[in-house]
Amino acid sequence: MSATASTNGTSPAARKKANPAGAVATWADERLGLATATKKQIRKVFPDHWSFMLGEIALWSFVVLLLTGVFLTLWFKPSMGEVVYNGSYDQLRGIEMSEAYASTLHISFDVRGGLLMRQMHHWAAMLFIAAMLVHLMRVFLTGAFRKPRELNWLIGGLLLLLGILEGFAGYSLPDDLLSGTGLRIADGLVKATPVLGSYMSFFMFGGEFPGDVIIPRLYIAHVLLIPGLLIALIGAHMLLLVFHKHTQWPGPGRTEQNVVGYPMMPVYAAKAGGFFFIVFGVIALMGGLMTINPVWRFGPYNPAEVTAGSQPDWYMGIAEGLLRIMPGWETHIFGITISWNVFLPGQIAPIALLGVVLAYPFIEQWVTGDKREHHLLQRPRNAPTRTAFLAAMISLYGLLWAAGGNDIIATTFKLNLNHITYFMRAAIFVIPPLVFILAKRWCISLQRHDNDVLLHGYETGIIMRDAEGGYSERHLPISEDRAYTLTARQRDVVYTGANGTDANGVSAPKARLDRLRAKASHAWFADNVQKPTAEKLEEGHHHAELEHDHQAPLEGHAADGHQFDGHHDVDGETLRH
Amino acid sequence: MRLTRKISARLSAHRRSRFAGPAVLLVALLTTGGLYVALSPASAEKTADSTSEIAKGKALFLVGCASCHGKNGEGILTERGNQYGPSLAGVGAAAVDFQVGTGRMPMAQPGSQALRKRVVYTQDEIDALGAFVASLAPGPSVPAADEYEAKTDDPEAVSRGGEFFRTNCTACHNFAGSGGALPQGKFAPSLVGVSEKHLFEAMLTGPQQMPVFSNEVLSPQDKQDIISYLKKNEDTPSYGGFTLGSIGPVAEGMFAWLTLAVVVGAGIWITSQTARSKKTKKGDVA
Repeated sequence: MSATASTNGTSPAARKKANPAGAVATWADERLGLATATKKQIRKVFPDHWSFMLGEIALWSFVVLLLTGVFLTLWFKPSMGEVVYNGSYDQLRGIEMSEAYASTLHISFDVRGGLLMRQMHHWAAMLFIAAMLVHLMRVFLTGAFRKPRELNWLIGGLLLLLGILEGFAGYSLPDDLLSGTGLRIADGLVKATPVLGSYMSFFMFGGEFPGDVIIPRLYIAHVLLIPGLLIALIGAHMLLLVFHKHTQWPGPGRTEQNVVGYPMMPVYAAKAGGFFFIVFGVIALMGGLMTINPVWRFGPYNPAEVTAGSQPDWYMGIAEGLLRIMPGWETHIFGITISWNVFLPGQIAPIALLGVVLAYPFIEQWVTGDKREHHLLQRPRNAPTRTAFLAAMISLYGLLWAAGGNDIIATTFKLNLNHITYFMRAAIFVIPPLVFILAKRWCISLQRHDNDVLLHGYETGIIMRDAEGGYSERHLPISEDRAYTLTARQRDVVYTGANGTDANGVSAPKARLDRLRAKASHAWFADNVQKPTAEKLEEGHHHAELEHDHQAPLEGHAADGHQFDGHHDVDGETLRH
Repeated sequence: MRLTRKISARLSAHRRSRFAGPAVLLVALLTTGGLYVALSPASAEKTADSTSEIAKGKALFLVGCASCHGKNGEGILTERGNQYGPSLAGVGAAAVDFQVGTGRMPMAQPGSQALRKRVVYTQDEIDALGAFVASLAPGPSVPAADEYEAKTDDPEAVSRGGEFFRTNCTACHNFAGSGGALPQGKFAPSLVGVSEKHLFEAMLTGPQQMPVFSNEVLSPQDKQDIISYLKKNEDTPSYGGFTLGSIGPVAEGMFAWLTLAVVVGAGIWITSQTARSKKTKKGDVA
């Protein structure tokens, strides 16, 4: 298939004609020493699997964000100074508004390609965070966060957090009715801090909300501070990726010591470069075809106004949902009001969620006590507790997300807004545990199925009738490659805990922690199905051979089923596909 | 000048008379009463309508409306004391024109809110019903065309209407008039495609959950400006492409995730490509 040398010549092939590009490269190389520096990197091998492209979507969306964002800064005026709008949009002409809003309208209607750039910027942001989230889920499900990648997991979590903050700052900049309402909620969240809230809010807004400094402040955060941090952290994320080398799925020839895949140049560079253009193209199509945040319809922000359907962008949806379904609990103590109804969902819950996400690799490592390096990925079914935990988290996320859009759900599906709220209040506690149990049992039964396939072969779909007239389905052994892949996983060890007391009856130090660890390990791994032992496999193969011999008289017969075992060549067999 | 000074001097001389108080009161009452008669949104004029129109309306009312609103529009209470059908005294012809003219009345079934549906009466019949209901007690009458017609060509009216719209209407009807949810299954309906007359009447009479924006709260001019703004929006192309329903960020989030699925699909396609540079047919030997 591939073009390889077709001679046995001893001298290397030389180009007949001088290549101008080569000449330039040589010129540059002689002065910069690029060849030596990049030789190793351009031969870097990356494994090919679709699930490794999810983070790349985030990366390319970020590039689009940078490109379109630079365009927008050329016209955007981050000022809350009042001006009278005199641009092209009739419905708002003569209205007083902030310069920020007026310049956003100017970009949308009077700058060539401005609206396209604005919409691309916003769509790219939506995609950026969504891609980061699915990338995080992939890394979580496959155990790619295990040693030595824990720090990269932390960096990824910070990137997600910064991405969300960056998105919120961008959402607030146009100073339209929706932006201002979002800021009003942010103001409420800050003010819900016990004791310090009002001081923090005054500090943030330079006085009473909305003041006249928040837009310039958010602007600097949005175009300088957070993007700078994002770029630095993305750089660190990628450097660590190169340093650790990419994880890969287990399979024949793939070990903890190697990476099987295509080299950076030319294959992977072409694929990644091509993927950039696909992402760019899709975002451009979205920007050109689908309205996002039509600021001109919202009108300038006025604290006295609000609109139905005021929602944050999707990535803040769970915070919105938490706020919407929280009962109105408040405590009055020593003349201070503690607004649990805002403080819990708005501050405690997001921090707790982020804490769990960031801490997970370390929690799991503590439970397993596994300090080995892992470069081979785990199939989600082979870590049932972890997979079920994520499934439960996804269901919780989905429920809160839906709760954040309860008004849209109510009008779209003709439901009672209050009923949705009551349902969600119970559902966020009831449904995730159910999902956990279901997903865990599902994973375990898939593990059992894997073992069945290893020991008894795969189901051929051929029904055999034996001499007594009984029917059975023919099972045939799976290929060596498949068997290798299925067994390329480590056995889970349930930690039972150190002996509680020594010979003198003295409790071991940290005995309680140890017992907790043993309990956690039991909960995590005790129900898992382990891969069959070598003896079991041998037994299984032996059994299969016996069966094979048993069927020997049928060899060569059209119905012997051998044509499906992958070891026999059968010509003109129509059953085979 | 001399005359006024003379009169004021004479009035001033009598200001402590015991008839002065009642006299001033009489003048004040006559003035306000006269002004009210002259300036109030006169449904009184409508009472000049032929009695036959009212009779026709009453006949229709007895067939189509009386089962809930009572034979004389006095309203019917349920056993528990709730409203079965509210009293129609004082709702005026404008309310009838809106409720029946948009198909909300007669209701198909009791519910949290009367739904917009096919109109079952002709405009003549609606007018007759309106005349009957207006005859029960004075109430707002159907506005004249020059009161409600949208002035989309008047940029000042449009932008002024936008300000009124954002201040008074968006909280329930959404920024683009796409509608929104209210508690207990109630909702603010979409305003897109609603006729100018019905928009005006809705503001004037406050149907269903809507507050009444009487002419003292929003002058007829303000109402007309709001209508001008809404109609201008309907005439304006959607600059950003498909509007996705103009319901805010929830729809945008959904489309972002659908698009992400498309991009992931592209990723699956890219990674399924091998490194070969030429397409070779199955079975070819390279």
